[in-house]
Amino acid sequence: MSQGANIAALEDVGVDYPRGPALGPFSLGIGAGEIVALVGPSGCGKSTALRLLAGLEAPTRGKVVRAAGRGETAVVFQTPTLAPWLSARGNAALPLELAGRPRAAATERADAALARVGLAGAEAARPAQLSGGMAMRVSLARALVTEPKLLLLDEPFAALDEITRRGLADDVLRLWADIRPAIVFVTHNVEEAVYMASRVVVMSRGPGRTAGEIAVEGPLPRPPGFRTSELFRATVETVSHALAGGMAA
Amino acid sequence: MKRVVELFAPVMLIAVLLGAWEFACRALAVPSYFLAPPSAIGASLVADSPGLLKAAWYTVSNALLALMIASLLAQALALTVTLSPILERAVQPLTVVLQVTPVIAIAPLVNIWAGTDHPGRAIVALATIVAFFPIYSGAVTGLRAVDPDLMRLFDLYGATRLQRLTRLRAPSAVPFVLEGHKVAAGLAIVGAVVAEFVAGSGKVQGLAWRILDAGYRLQTARMFAALFVLGAMGAVLYALLQAAERTGLRWWRGR
Repeated sequence: MSQGANIAALEDVGVDYPRGPALGPFSLGIGAGEIVALVGPSGCGKSTALRLLAGLEAPTRGKVVRAAGRGETAVVFQTPTLAPWLSARGNAALPLELAGRPRAAATERADAALARVGLAGAEAARPAQLSGGMAMRVSLARALVTEPKLLLLDEPFAALDEITRRGLADDVLRLWADIRPAIVFVTHNVEEAVYMASRVVVMSRGPGRTAGEIAVEGPLPRPPGFRTSELFRATVETVSHALAGGMAA
Repeated sequence: MKRVVELFAPVMLIAVLLGAWEFACRALAVPSYFLAPPSAIGASLVADSPGLLKAAWYTVSNALLALMIASLLAQALALTVTLSPILERAVQPLTVVLQVTPVIAIAPLVNIWAGTDHPGRAIVALATIVAFFPIYSGAVTGLRAVDPDLMRLFDLYGATRLQRLTRLRAPSAVPFVLEGHKVAAGLAIVGAVVAEFVAGSGKVQGLAWRILDAGYRLQTARMFAALFVLGAMGAVLYALLQAAERTGLRWWRGR
């Protein structure tokens, strides 16, 4: 289903935690520039799969293939995860500064990344002065500042209200159209998965396996009114059905 | 109106208590060496004020010097220990033993080491020992209290050990270290006073010696006057450090 060469892949991976198996066997290939949503019941190992792709965790069994190198993979967590002692600019510049880029260049690119997520003018603000949605945008700017090839989002909007999350979903798609990173995101919101992804991977109750894969037709970013289209509703129905099947398994 | 009442409530209570105290002393004809009335204490406070202020400065300057030394030592040790978990394990039992041993029990020994000619050194050393622990444990806790997702982010971008320390652990520790200093300031005064008591000679001109000296002479009014200055000094120091903590936190959080 993925176009061209994979930039990251999980090949028959399994992860065991002390309390038991958490994931697998599970396989997933991510093509360059595609958007994949991982949906599944809580505890099915979605976030574990994401951490494997990020290289933040090693699998107990199987193989993780990562074509994207260090600095080419970015993660956005469920909470903004900003350093409270740094400004929005300082937070967005952090990946570049850790890579040893000169401060001036890092600041310039951080400001550009903040402008891209609609935060021009808020560069000097501290996280405590930002709303939840704005803090999430800073987190997104920090992820984009290295222009990653692979962007991993771990339930990025779960803590936000419905209006804010819909706005951010459109923002992420718009940014994707600019930079074309491959995006893998974890969610348990079926509508969000269908709206944002070109492919939805449904996982079964833990230890997670693939319970279904559904391609989502239609252009990305989504045109206005996509949420009310027949295609959208039919796809949501299909994914929900696969999810229900996965829960029963 | 409610604010005014709230503001004056403690003042009123103190006034009522002082009034009752004064009245009881006069009505029951309590001997002044046993319990001096507030009026006598006030008079002693005014009459002794130059000597009391000098003694207060002696005590508080030793306490502040100790606080500074403790701050440097505690933060340096906390940083070192953070870099090496083995070192932390090695140091931990020692710090616990030193912490749970009452400072008054160590004081005579420290006095001997400092030499009877240098009671000032013993005072600073003992105040340093008691002021050390709140700062040390605050710094160690703070250096560990890092958001685990931020830690993962540093992993993802391949941060070095030094970057982790200077850009993540140390800034995360700031609120804990500030809190530690606030607690340590009060303890430094306690340490200084305890050391003065143990040194207990005319060479040491601090507030504790004033209390002892007045006690030997059964001058209760002078004892109360020195106690009053000691209490006021502690309260002022605490308020100053609380203000410093609030300012520091505002800077840290950006508001």
